[in-house]
Amino acid sequence: MSEIHPLVILLAAVLTNNILLSNFLGLCSFLACGKQLDTAFGLGAAVTFVTVCTTIINYLIYHQLLLPMGLEHLQFIIFIAVIAGFVQLVEMVVERFSPSLYYHLGIFLPLITVNCAILGASLFMIIREYSFWQSAAWGLGAGLGWALAICLIAGIQQRLRFSSVPKPLAGLAITMIITGLMALAFMGFTGMAKIQ
Amino acid sequence: MIYLHSLGVFTAVVTLLTIFLLLAEKYLADYGICEVSINSGERIFEIDGGGTLLSALSENEIFIPSACGGKGTCGYCKLAILSGGGQVLPTERPYLSRREIRSNLRLACQVKVKEELELHIPEELLNVKLYKSEVSSSRDLTYDIKEVCFSLLEPNQITFRSGQYAQVLAPGPDGEVFRAYSISSPINVSDSVELNVRLIPGGIASTYLHKLKVGDPVTFTGPFGEWRLSEDPESELICVGGGVGMAPMKSIVYSLYHRWPQRVCWFFFGCRGTDDIFYLDEFRELQAKHPNFHLYYALSDMKRGQEWDGEKGFIHLAVDKYLEPGTKRQAFLCGPPLMIEAVTAILHEKGLSNAEIFYDKFD
Repeated sequence: MSEIHPLVILLAAVLTNNILLSNFLGLCSFLACGKQLDTAFGLGAAVTFVTVCTTIINYLIYHQLLLPMGLEHLQFIIFIAVIAGFVQLVEMVVERFSPSLYYHLGIFLPLITVNCAILGASLFMIIREYSFWQSAAWGLGAGLGWALAICLIAGIQQRLRFSSVPKPLAGLAITMIITGLMALAFMGFTGMAKIQ
Repeated sequence: MIYLHSLGVFTAVVTLLTIFLLLAEKYLADYGICEVSINSGERIFEIDGGGTLLSALSENEIFIPSACGGKGTCGYCKLAILSGGGQVLPTERPYLSRREIRSNLRLACQVKVKEELELHIPEELLNVKLYKSEVSSSRDLTYDIKEVCFSLLEPNQITFRSGQYAQVLAPGPDGEVFRAYSISSPINVSDSVELNVRLIPGGIASTYLHKLKVGDPVTFTGPFGEWRLSEDPESELICVGGGVGMAPMKSIVYSLYHRWPQRVCWFFFGCRGTDDIFYLDEFRELQAKHPNFHLYYALSDMKRGQEWDGEKGFIHLAVDKYLEPGTKRQAFLCGPPLMIEAVTAILHEKGLSNAEIFYDKFD
């Protein structure tokens, strides 16, 4: 088990090992919803919340149930089931208590279920053999990192509307190029902290 | 052993999650009893909150047209919500124009009942009923079109206008679906309903209707539709149909001559080959009795060996050829989109305005 302080992992997950910009996980909803800053913020918050909670739940399930019984091969299917169930719960809570957020996230909420960043966070936690607190920090950091990335791209895309993009590059193409540039910029943080 | 363990653990986790979610739903999605008031209190009912408005209405025997069965893909179930119901959802936007959003129209299948609602539903839709019937006859009109007739059991009478349609309940692989079919029987027949059904390969409802035998039970709702025949005896009628677009036209023509034996009606029917022709003998018989009934069938795509001495080419050419501009007229069109567009353009040239043209496009 690695001996890195949870806070270092948190910081590293947001900046140096941003799950979206260094592992390119969760790109689909990143590209689909990264157009409006407020939607991006809402989705980012929802993803962060789900990532933290599911990494913690998955950590407990893995270490208390799967590992003692020698059933590590079940991790994929169980993790996905937990994430899907948890998203359902979040959807019900948001619909009940915050109709305006539900209205904004509406069809994107169920998208979180298939957001690979969330499953990725749970799987990295296992691969890197994190302890409980390290896992929690990693989950929080991964979620925050993803939220940061989507908010950045949304901000850029909002400004992009006023610039004249060459026609063949308009739309998704320029978004992909910008994402690449952002990933390059974030690579500048590598070396500040190492978590794997 | 490990397989057994795996299976056991997986089942246990999924079951736990399900139970947890069901409990959560019970407490979280409980919106209590909500009151729904229709047409400023003309009708009021209470329902358990949480479900969609469309299902709440159909539970209370108010049938809103819906062809997709509540999936939000047909856009038929529009109605005005005057208070309650929240904002227009992203899933509804593609089906609502700005004007419709301004006049508070929503899709009933997407709106969930979570609070008191005040609705406006056109009087006509409140008259829509669920009919139980049985097949009284079924015969082939062409190689792929059948005429199916239902005699009504409960309720045993129906009142409708020519050109209106019924929604037949058909069993599908993912539950029951409603599909719209124009009524082809005239309005003076009130104890039965006749439909023309084209068999669409893989079609849920058309396959079901084609397989029905005499005596089989059938459920449908109706009548729906906005077509209105002019009551002015001087006004001429133009009916243009293609394929099963025959159904509403047959109802219009027979209803018309039942009530006004002298009225002028131009009936144009487009088909491909001679094997697509149906009802021609019946209409010729009608023409012999009513000299003001003008009947034209046009064939656009004759196969080798078929003989036909009538009109040839697409139907809008026949419309262009026979109609003189400048008479007061009303037009009813039913058929494929290209036919509707071509005929509408011709009718505009002949001096008809959009308000005088009613159409039903097959999509």
